[in-house]
Amino acid sequence: MTESLNGKGLALVPKTDGKQTLKDFKSDQEVRWCPGCGDYAILAAVQSFLPELGLRRENIVFVSGIGCSSRFPYYMNTYGFHSIHGRAPAIATGLATSRPDLSVWVITGDGDALSIGGNHLIHALRRNVNLNILLFNNRIYGLTKGQYSPTSEVGKITKSTPMGSLDKPFNPISLAIGAEAGFVARTIDSDRKHLQSVLREAAAHRGTSLVEIYQNCNIFNDGAFEAMKEPETRDEITIRLEHGQPIVFGTGDNAKAVRLAPYGGVEVVNRSEVAESEILVHDAHRPDPSLAFALSRLDEPAFQHVPIGIFRSVDRPAYDTLMSEQLEQATADKGKGQLADLLLGGDTWRIN
Amino acid sequence: MTKQVQQLDRVIIRFAGDSGDGMQLTGDRFTAETAKFGNDLSTLPNFPAEIRAPAGTLPGVSSFQLHFADHDILTPGDAPNVLVAMNPAALKANLGDLPRGADIIANTDEFTKRNLQKVGYAANPLEDDSLAEWRVHSLPLTSLTVKALEGFSISKKDAERAKNMFALGLLSWLYHRPTEATIKFLEAKFAKKPDIAKANVAAFQAGWNYGETTESFSVSYEIKPATLAPGVYRNISGNQALAYGLIAASVQSGLPLFLGTYPITPASDILHELSKHKRFGIRTFQAEDEIAGVGAALGAAFGGALGVTTTSGPGVALKAETVGLAVATELPLIVVDVQRAGPSTGMPTKTEQTDLLMAMFGRNGESPVPVVAPSTPSDCFDAAIEAARIALKYRTPVMLLSDGYLANGSEPWQVPEVSELPDISVEFTTEPNGEDGTTYLPFKRDTETLARPWAVPGTPGLEHRIGGIEKADGSGNISYDPDNHDRMVRLRQAKIDGIDVPPLEVDDPDGDARVLVLGWGSTYGPIAAAVRRVRREGGKVAQAHLRHLNPLPANTGDVLRAYDKVLLPEINLGQLALLLRARFLIDVISYNRVRGLPFKAEELAGVIQDVINSD
Ligand SMILES: Cc1ncc(C[n+]2csc(CCOP(=O)(O)OP(=O)(O)O)c2C)c(N)n1
Ligand code: SF4
Ligand SMILES: [Mg+2]
Repeated sequence: MTESLNGKGLALVPKTDGKQTLKDFKSDQEVRWCPGCGDYAILAAVQSFLPELGLRRENIVFVSGIGCSSRFPYYMNTYGFHSIHGRAPAIATGLATSRPDLSVWVITGDGDALSIGGNHLIHALRRNVNLNILLFNNRIYGLTKGQYSPTSEVGKITKSTPMGSLDKPFNPISLAIGAEAGFVARTIDSDRKHLQSVLREAAAHRGTSLVEIYQNCNIFNDGAFEAMKEPETRDEITIRLEHGQPIVFGTGDNAKAVRLAPYGGVEVVNRSEVAESEILVHDAHRPDPSLAFALSRLDEPAFQHVPIGIFRSVDRPAYDTLMSEQLEQATADKGKGQLADLLLGGDTWRIN
Repeated sequence: MTKQVQQLDRVIIRFAGDSGDGMQLTGDRFTAETAKFGNDLSTLPNFPAEIRAPAGTLPGVSSFQLHFADHDILTPGDAPNVLVAMNPAALKANLGDLPRGADIIANTDEFTKRNLQKVGYAANPLEDDSLAEWRVHSLPLTSLTVKALEGFSISKKDAERAKNMFALGLLSWLYHRPTEATIKFLEAKFAKKPDIAKANVAAFQAGWNYGETTESFSVSYEIKPATLAPGVYRNISGNQALAYGLIAASVQSGLPLFLGTYPITPASDILHELSKHKRFGIRTFQAEDEIAGVGAALGAAFGGALGVTTTSGPGVALKAETVGLAVATELPLIVVDVQRAGPSTGMPTKTEQTDLLMAMFGRNGESPVPVVAPSTPSDCFDAAIEAARIALKYRTPVMLLSDGYLANGSEPWQVPEVSELPDISVEFTTEPNGEDGTTYLPFKRDTETLARPWAVPGTPGLEHRIGGIEKADGSGNISYDPDNHDRMVRLRQAKIDGIDVPPLEVDDPDGDARVLVLGWGSTYGPIAAAVRRVRREGGKVAQAHLRHLNPLPANTGDVLRAYDKVLLPEINLGQLALLLRARFLIDVISYNRVRGLPFKAEELAGVIQDVINSD
């Protein structure tokens, strides 16, 4: 069972008979994010993507924590659980482990996933339960009105850090790769096509997939990803990772390529200065995570180059599958449990 | 030499030694033999939190007390009749509990100058007359064992280690215990090391023969089997009974059991037990922490499983926010708290009843949670089923308050017939319940129980969202309406207040007692034993024991008001007393000791007598 499910994230989820459209996934609840919030674009992208999977709507569940982003499940006409701050991965783990027939999606924010819920996130990733985690990274605490977050850049001036934040942020992609994640990707709210292509792969992956989605909070951290959106700058900054393709970006005089660095890791060089054969070809399926990790560091130190796409997509048995197999094995070995036999097991004696 | 046999009606033995001496195993085996023989029994293991505290020191002493009798008994006994002391530390740590005239069996090999010094004995108490009040049997247990095992191909260290089996053999002879089961047990335990198995069996038999042949013991004792109600019995600890109760609840409800948990003393054995029974469809999930454990259990409950989390006090503190979420989302969930001494880490292996108020109120907002507390080790089985019944019927988290004394203590359990277990099956909602026939209202309540419908993912047409934000009555949509919130707060409270719990029963044989002793949880045994003593002396006292702490049985107030005085012993500073005073304005008399140990029957008998006398 383990082998055959690899790469088939939704193989156990029943398929719908009828045709679905975006409208089928819209709930009757009024969406209450600030006008212009990046969350709208992500919601629309998810709603228009899901029909493609052809799953029964009732077998899809969205589980979230707390934050602006975590309101997401209320707007989806599927099953949904808006839980408590940081704990969505834990709740989803119990659900997905006991119900392999469900397609379970976790919606979380940078504070939710990486501050209060950091422990659950890393353990979900290493455990590899069949979950899709969508991390809406706006590099700020939205719902609590704009404190810096664990992805805010050093020196961030916010209400809670009037003289600038002091602590180094997490790079969610590096963190996930370090936490033994099998599927790690990054995308951005403004590029629906890219976002949906990443969701497609994440859904197909059986095990935990982590998708970091850069999301603009136009109220408290407006323009955080502007350079990746502006036509003048976006191609110079954004590195689009595609499996099997040489890693190149930029145009004209600014054309760049990524190659292995002599000191280890990877480096960005002018395309004109490297031979075609020297350019690194992206291999998302490499079992060893070192290169994926090296690619995740390319945005250091100052968001100069930012890779998006699938950093890593490697199959390994999912936790829920392995647990089901242990239950099947135990039953095959000794037969289905019988309560009377259990209670009478051990040393008994009779009093007449 | 034929030896004299004396009849006894009951005996209390305490095995005490260093943590590494295998005293818990020795006690367990003696208990198994005693159960097999048909005595009634009750046990009290007492061990340090450290796995191996420094050898030979007082903090390193581990003990196991067993009370067995030819009649039904209620506690592991106040004071041992026999102390087996494997070293000076064991003697020193336990002597204070030993009544005059009790037997002491001491391992002289360990009473070396160094070991004596370690615990502050200036002289060897076995050699001066400081133990004159007791009957001391000094024997070189270690060297006798090593001698008996000469010729076995095992190391001297392994031979010395078998001394606990020598002691077990001797005690087994002394009290006419059946031995086959122990021999079988040793053979199975050391199946992979046949030499060690043989040596342990030989040490066990040598101990028996030592009793039979030497003159150190001129009398052996017989304690007839107890006349308990007819049926099939087995010996069971509270943690095992609780695990079995959860499995039974899964079978009887038809829901797969999902345990989300994180190891903690003294609750871990429930995880260990449940993880052995995967062929019952049980999923055990050892999470990264308690918050994830309860979160996963709640997630599984959302998916239609019987969600359970097990922990002790520090874990309950961590789970509080998620239990609140279960209150708000009205999902069934069982939270097992095996209470231990606090605050903070406290004394992890010692017992206490100090989490009652945390179970009742330890959450933000108005978040009522039913509380059920088992009264004996075997009652943990029924209490677990009862907790599941309430959780499932009323769609609510339930706190099940066990404690270290129940968890590790054991007693004979009359194994119930499966056909007699309650049916707690539930039906998921599969059809829309709105007026229009198409919408689903996840918070439209059952008019009688006030429980909300339970529709699980996978059910077509009933897709809905739940969460911790306040919900509109009926539809469950997010609502900040003040009046709706007030209504929901009251509805959630009314649902818990209306749970069908059986009435409080009173044991008042002559019906003319003026004093009532009330208890809850694990104090049942000591209170009942104390009540027996008082009555034997002609005292009039009634007894009642609360198994449901929230809601309280409907007749609780009437019962309490029917007596001039209500005495309430608790292993805390009066937590239930606080609740009863607030609720019924009754001036209950508290008796509180928080020593990490169960009450003694004699102690409570004195307290009861004092209250009667002061009448
Ligand atoms: C236990 C707890 N602590 C604190 C909060 C307050 N709180 C709510 S959301 C949030 C941060 C949200 O930030 P993020 O996860 O980045 O989500 P965003 O609003 O930016 O989408 C905080 C601190 C809470 N709800 N619960
Ligand atoms: S505060 Fe920011 S993240 Fe939250 S809804 Fe408004 S724009 Fe979106
Ligand atoms: Mg944020």
